[in-house]
Amino acid sequence: MPHAVTFDHVSRLFGQMRAVDNVSLTINEGEFFSMLGPSGSGKTTCLRLIAGFELPSSGRILIAGQDASALAPFERDVNTVFQDYALFPTMDVLNNVAYGLMVKGVGKKERLARAEEALSMVALADYGSRKPGELSGGQRQRVALARALVGRPRVLLLDEPLGALDLKLREQMQSELKNLQRKLGITFVFVTHDQSEALSMSDRVAVFAKGRIEQIATPQDLYDKPASRFVADFVGTSNVVDAPLAQSLTGQRRIFAIRPERIQLGCAGIVTAHAVRAKGVVRDIAFLGAVNRIEVELAGKAVLTALTPSFGGALPLIGSEVELAWRIDAMHWITEAA
Amino acid sequence: MHSERTPWALRLAAYGGLAFLHFPLLVIFAYAFNTEESAFSFPLQGFTLHWFSDAWARPDIFAAIVLSLKVATAATVLALALGTLAAMALSRRPFFGKNAITLLLVLPIALPGIITGISLLTAFKVADINPGLLTIIVGHATFCVVVVYNNVVARLRRMPMSHIEASMDLGADSWQTFRHIVMPGLATSLLAGGMLAFALSFDEIIVTTFTAGAEVTLPIWLLNQLGRPRDVPITNVVAMTVMLITTLPILGAWYLTRDTTDTAGGGK
Repeated sequence: MPHAVTFDHVSRLFGQMRAVDNVSLTINEGEFFSMLGPSGSGKTTCLRLIAGFELPSSGRILIAGQDASALAPFERDVNTVFQDYALFPTMDVLNNVAYGLMVKGVGKKERLARAEEALSMVALADYGSRKPGELSGGQRQRVALARALVGRPRVLLLDEPLGALDLKLREQMQSELKNLQRKLGITFVFVTHDQSEALSMSDRVAVFAKGRIEQIATPQDLYDKPASRFVADFVGTSNVVDAPLAQSLTGQRRIFAIRPERIQLGCAGIVTAHAVRAKGVVRDIAFLGAVNRIEVELAGKAVLTALTPSFGGALPLIGSEVELAWRIDAMHWITEAA
Repeated sequence: MHSERTPWALRLAAYGGLAFLHFPLLVIFAYAFNTEESAFSFPLQGFTLHWFSDAWARPDIFAAIVLSLKVATAATVLALALGTLAAMALSRRPFFGKNAITLLLVLPIALPGIITGISLLTAFKVADINPGLLTIIVGHATFCVVVVYNNVVARLRRMPMSHIEASMDLGADSWQTFRHIVMPGLATSLLAGGMLAFALSFDEIIVTTFTAGAEVTLPIWLLNQLGRPRDVPITNVVAMTVMLITTLPILGAWYLTRDTTDTAGGGK
């Protein structure tokens, strides 16, 4: 089976600015694929390239194995859920959802029936006669989703669709989206700047920075084995230790990353031969609920952050000297590009 | 001490200004019903409707009204088509010469009518076109287009690009997108622009004087009446009719766009 989407050395220039810089990637059929990155990293431009709102300055884009580089948006078997939902204000909800079927010439009776069905899929069965302006943000989001899915596209593109929702609703929509994707088996391409969203929902994540891809990996690998300092910093929180300090701690002059929850206070229960140990002074302690965040300053001003369970165990005093320890296999060496 | 009430002097000045502006119109209305024939004598002699039947019976008045309606309708239709197309072309992406084109397009409304008229007349002569219905329509269209353009461009600016993208994304080609998404969004601004254009064309005189040739539109007919004092009451009747015909569409345009802030281009 061909890949759902393939980028073959794709660049998109806006004037002198390389919004997308020589990106190659493949998205598998039926995959939940996220594009993660800070704003201006090129992730949204990549999405718009798939939709056909932008055309590549160089390189090729294949959809289902066919070269789609020069196709208009309406010639692509791809639908988009827009960041602002882009519901048509002059139509009611049902006709919004049925719009894609209407312009493709599906008869009135059938398209309204299918639109009803799509609305009930997003739990808005009774809202067909409302105008978009009468809906809440979460409801508009669902209508946009139903509208994009009613034609059963090969690929569904989602442009930060949860950004405007409050936290509770966002979490609920995250799991609903994931369930929907599993049920329909449609390839989802999800753009977000929220790393926890990308980690919790995706099969694979592409991390973007400055128009380039830093890493493509499963959420687990992205977290455990960040390919660069940028990824280690952007995905979760991480301690990135510079080469000089790494040499004094481990004997190897290489950058490494260590996740805060892998660092423990004291060296109880750790086999010294398989561990790295460091001494430092506690600078700050914050209670976060399930865990405490402890900031420890090592020699040479480097600060390591450790997360320790908040139940049991006395906390050290701020200003006191503590010993930190972590297992060697919890560390991840980073090879920095020149 | 502050008061919520407007100072009486200011109120007096405001109402005085309004009265000053509208008193002459009232005079015309009043004397259209006066029984006396010749001049504006005071007080009014009596009430009559017979000037209306007189006016109705005059073939030259009827012909002038029909011609003006024809011209206004044709100029409005032309302006709706061209103004919308121009607005669509100029509202989105920037391109070389865009500002110059915008300026050239809006210029006729800023240009004195007498300049527009003279240059059109010269152009028609050079092109060997005889003045007549067609040249009047073209002359009127030059400023009617601006009115439509201003209204449509203001509306397009507020229409999110994502609506058009969403339509294309869902499988609609450019024409379907225009028909189902752009047009319904523009409807009220087209209606407002069209009504303003119609009203502007209907009472236009300066450009018309130069482009009409032997044709007599209603405003030209009225102007010619100045030399005929015996016809004053009939002139009053016709003037009143013109006022009503042009006021109603402008009120309509205001009503349709009153909750938006972009009824642009009222200034000719």
